[in-house]
Amino acid sequence: MPGSIEQIEQEIVEEFSLFDSWEDKYEYIIDMGKKLPPLSDVHKTEENKIKGCQSQVWMHSNQEDGKVYYQADSDAMIVKGLISMLVRVFSGQTPEDIIHAPVTFIDEIGMTSHLAQTRSNGLRAMLKQMKLDALVWKSKN
Amino acid sequence: MEAIKAGYDVYELRKQFPVLQRELKGKPLVYFDNAATSQKPRIVIDALVDYYSNYNANIHRGIHTLAEEATAAYEASREACRDFIGASSTEEIIFTRGTTEGINLVSHTWGRQNISKGDEIIISTLEHHSNIVPWQMLAEEKGAIIRVIPINDQGDILLDEYYKLLNSRTKLVSIVHASNSLGIINPVREIIEAAHHVGAVAMLDGAQSTVHLDINVVELDCDFFAFSSHKLYGPTGVGVLYGKKELLEAMPPFHGGGEMIKEVSFEKTTYNDLPYKFEAGTPNIADTIAMKTAIDFIHALGKDHIRRHENALLQYGTEQLSLLNGVRIIGNVADKVSVISFVVDGIHPQDLGILLDNQGIAVRTGSHCTMPLMQCLNISGTTRASFAAYNTHEEIDRLVKGLDKAINMLL
Repeated sequence: MPGSIEQIEQEIVEEFSLFDSWEDKYEYIIDMGKKLPPLSDVHKTEENKIKGCQSQVWMHSNQEDGKVYYQADSDAMIVKGLISMLVRVFSGQTPEDIIHAPVTFIDEIGMTSHLAQTRSNGLRAMLKQMKLDALVWKSKN
Repeated sequence: MEAIKAGYDVYELRKQFPVLQRELKGKPLVYFDNAATSQKPRIVIDALVDYYSNYNANIHRGIHTLAEEATAAYEASREACRDFIGASSTEEIIFTRGTTEGINLVSHTWGRQNISKGDEIIISTLEHHSNIVPWQMLAEEKGAIIRVIPINDQGDILLDEYYKLLNSRTKLVSIVHASNSLGIINPVREIIEAAHHVGAVAMLDGAQSTVHLDINVVELDCDFFAFSSHKLYGPTGVGVLYGKKELLEAMPPFHGGGEMIKEVSFEKTTYNDLPYKFEAGTPNIADTIAMKTAIDFIHALGKDHIRRHENALLQYGTEQLSLLNGVRIIGNVADKVSVISFVVDGIHPQDLGILLDNQGIAVRTGSHCTMPLMQCLNISGTTRASFAAYNTHEEIDRLVKGLDKAINMLL
């Protein structure tokens, strides 16, 4: 049973508060990227591709017992680490909670620049797509 | 040592660039994204401020002093541009927003007038999207055909294959002078000569070449040549389209409006003379004036001195980067402008870009607006370091060290 979205965000913020150099922070993100289970090729479809990324990002979701589960992958490691955090925060939550989550941890861990246009929209597009998926699952309930 | 070889003191030169004094992530900025846009010296910034502070006025028809001063400065820039690329007359120098607009101007005017169904337009695999999409749009409209010159593994244009593509239906050959992605300088003389041999018009995309190479459009015998100010230490939003006078005269106007007309009635409008026929509306006066300052700046340093310095950086950078494990330089040919594009086995360029940025080093990553080239080379993109007159060997050492660190973090 995962904690609430807010609790998991808080966990991540606390983990990042231990780092005092950019190297440690990025090494942790890269490590999370490496540990994210690869998305099977059947889900790496054009349909599951998130548009607007310099790197390629694929995301697949399914619903079980009223909870949404996400799987995601990227060909770039830092993006993969960043999306792994989004997967960690949202997977196993209800569509309702996902749709309404403000998602503040990205700002709090100092990764806001990855939400900017210049970072090729990676994280922002991913976040938007995750919420859209949740909306679709909600409409099917 | 470096300074003496360069013909100017690079450390003194750096002082003239305000942005080079700033720090990024607590470290002195290393700016290696010059192929995207170069930084601006103080005198160029001052020229903009001076115009708006002292003689801002709309040009050409004003009879007051400010308008006369602004017009004189604006036309002086046209003369400087003419001289810079060796054109015969200022009538052949059309101010545009940049290279992209120059190419679009030709496709919309000359292209619409001269391309018809079944005609062929030749470009190369190395082209920037700016020299692909306008021709595709034209081809679609007219039912014309785009032919693409192939390249070898290193990115060199295959001239023999080009010659085979040429035929009596070839109406236009439009080629990038120096590749923005790889830095390769194309054999444009041969390309232009062969194009003329079948009666085709030849255009060069000079966005990358103009700042690095001596350009003489008369010697090159190109029919059109386009470049941008912002890649030669000048402001953004202004550039030049050169065209041979007889072609420009026969071409219809691009945009309609003020300035491009001689006489207007509701029944009929007669168009202005060259080059004004192609310059409708109030132009980008300030930036155009400051472009001359940028050209003067390049002349003062000496293009040959800059080139010698950049070539030394290119050689040193190529040697040093090649020493790193897994680094593969794409387009490692003899004839290049100061661009090093590379891939690292098993690492996405975006990851390198982010980790270099955190070390205060600005490079460009991705497809560099040359997606077909990347597809041809079977890579998703590259990391590109491009050098300008103000870069130093020490900065290359920082890049190599930073890259080594990034690779170790990622693998």
